[in-house]
Amino acid sequence: MTARRWEWAFWIAAIAVPFLFPGKRLLINEIAILALFALSLDLLLGYAGIVSLGHAAFFGVGAYAAGLLAKHGLTEPVAGLLLASGAAAVVGFLSSFLVLRGSDLTRLMVTMGVALMLLEVANRFDGVTGGADGLQGVTMGPVLGLFRFDLFGRTACAYSLATLLVLFLIARRIVRSPFGLSLRAVKGNRLRAAAVGVPADARLVAIYTIAAAYAGAAGALLAQTTQFVSLDVLDFHRSADVLLVLVLGGSGYLYGGLIGAAIFKLMQDWLAALTPQYWQFWIGLVLVLVVLAGRERLSATAARLWARLARRPAREPPA
Amino acid sequence: MLTILFDGLAYGMILFVLACGLAVTLGLMNFINLAHGAFAMAGGYITVLLMGRLGVPFLWCLPIAFLATALAGAALERTLYVHLYSRPHLDHVLFTIGLVLMAVAAVDYFLGAQQQIIRLPAALQGRIEVLGISIGIYRLFVIAVCGALVVVLQSILAFTRFGSRLRAAVDDPRVARGLGIDVNTVFALTFAVGSGLAGLGGALGAEILGLDPTFPLKFMIYFLIVVTVGGTTSITGPFLASILLGVADVAGKYYLPKLGAFVIYALMVGVLLWRPHGLFTHRGAR
Repeated sequence: MTARRWEWAFWIAAIAVPFLFPGKRLLINEIAILALFALSLDLLLGYAGIVSLGHAAFFGVGAYAAGLLAKHGLTEPVAGLLLASGAAAVVGFLSSFLVLRGSDLTRLMVTMGVALMLLEVANRFDGVTGGADGLQGVTMGPVLGLFRFDLFGRTACAYSLATLLVLFLIARRIVRSPFGLSLRAVKGNRLRAAAVGVPADARLVAIYTIAAAYAGAAGALLAQTTQFVSLDVLDFHRSADVLLVLVLGGSGYLYGGLIGAAIFKLMQDWLAALTPQYWQFWIGLVLVLVVLAGRERLSATAARLWARLARRPAREPPA
Repeated sequence: MLTILFDGLAYGMILFVLACGLAVTLGLMNFINLAHGAFAMAGGYITVLLMGRLGVPFLWCLPIAFLATALAGAALERTLYVHLYSRPHLDHVLFTIGLVLMAVAAVDYFLGAQQQIIRLPAALQGRIEVLGISIGIYRLFVIAVCGALVVVLQSILAFTRFGSRLRAAVDDPRVARGLGIDVNTVFALTFAVGSGLAGLGGALGAEILGLDPTFPLKFMIYFLIVVTVGGTTSITGPFLASILLGVADVAGKYYLPKLGAFVIYALMVGVLLWRPHGLFTHRGAR
């Protein structure tokens, strides 16, 4: 479980960037949050092979949970984060039984349906969630009682990056464990996995719950650092965006979501500055081209690169 | 009460015309085409532009909308979609979402984000009273047109050689190929007609559903509900599902204005859990 040399480089770069570009801290904060969200989808799609068009459901639950906790007294961010992530995990656990059955299409529809239902619920109970106006009056205390949130996103950025790092390390531990390997077996061939004694359904429920907790943590980060929650967190386009992020970065290895998030946000930032209203066109074009060029080929290239980088320090048995 | 039922019926009919092409493409090639709504939007905008800029009468716009979108569908199918059939479902979803995003932004760029209004001919405006029920003439017209379409489609499917080829290809493409049926051509034709129908539905529905650049995203979920609930092996399945959805949606919006959509999504998830291949699929089809 030692970190490779280039992994150190990656994280040192990630930590250095906010200091190098102090004016871009809010953007970096958004990238970190999106990266965490994409990481959570990667656990689901890349490692367990579950397609989802409604991953925003858990992002939204986490965001609203964190926002509501902060609004009603619990202003400590870390505790709020844990609780919000737990709430998302509960919702994930309950809805995980819905994706066990059926084909890819059924799963797409069911996950999308769950997210849309939550959106309607959040819209309906506007007394609690603020409805279309968004949840206002969220005030956060200092992180761990030490670091106050400021206007320039210094604390927000550090807080999000730290959370991302911690959760990334946990995810790395998860996918390299026997549990993670059995997930890949289920992804490869569910029937054979079951035949060699992997309880496929239980594994899928577990990873769905974990992924939901991760997405909830990402949502909570967004709610806490922007101190605002709107219905937008549950919107369909958020589920579609995170899928695109994962495609850009490549699924099936943990850095895919992180790299994809950086590419996506930088591209969005750049395009939005160029054509404020029509950046979605270019995002769509990228998506079309990526698929036509062959998503598999892209991720295969990424995987080769990954393998080469991973081999370099060598002198230890492959994980 | 009956007025709601009637409005729901008209709404459901339009949904069917919009979604039946999707049902067939999904059933035939197992291709998830989320961009189906973009064709419908194209039909709607063609009508708006023809009427507004060139003064073409509304009734002439309908066949033009059908033909134009059918041609566009055929062109896209031959150039782009054809490469993707053998790919995993995720690729279909990503590719077609990309197309939708492009279509939405392009329409927004060229024609603006505002709601488009179609001025109906005077003969189709207004309401009449039949047996104490107030009925919109345009809705009656829509029901008549869509009803005729359903009959035509169903008889093509049931009585023509093309129809039997199509049914064979839907049931089992591999065996159909083995019997000498040119499944690819059948599929290209069906795709074109399905896109054309979507365009026609968009033109007809612009008055009832509204038309703005976000149309494909807004109604994508409805098409998918029709298809997944109705099943993809017949035309009657999606037809019944659309009517059900249309009536449920109109009634839901009327009686439970804030929970209407929730009820529909909940129903959909429920149906999918109960029968993952749709409500109206016959046994052993898949």
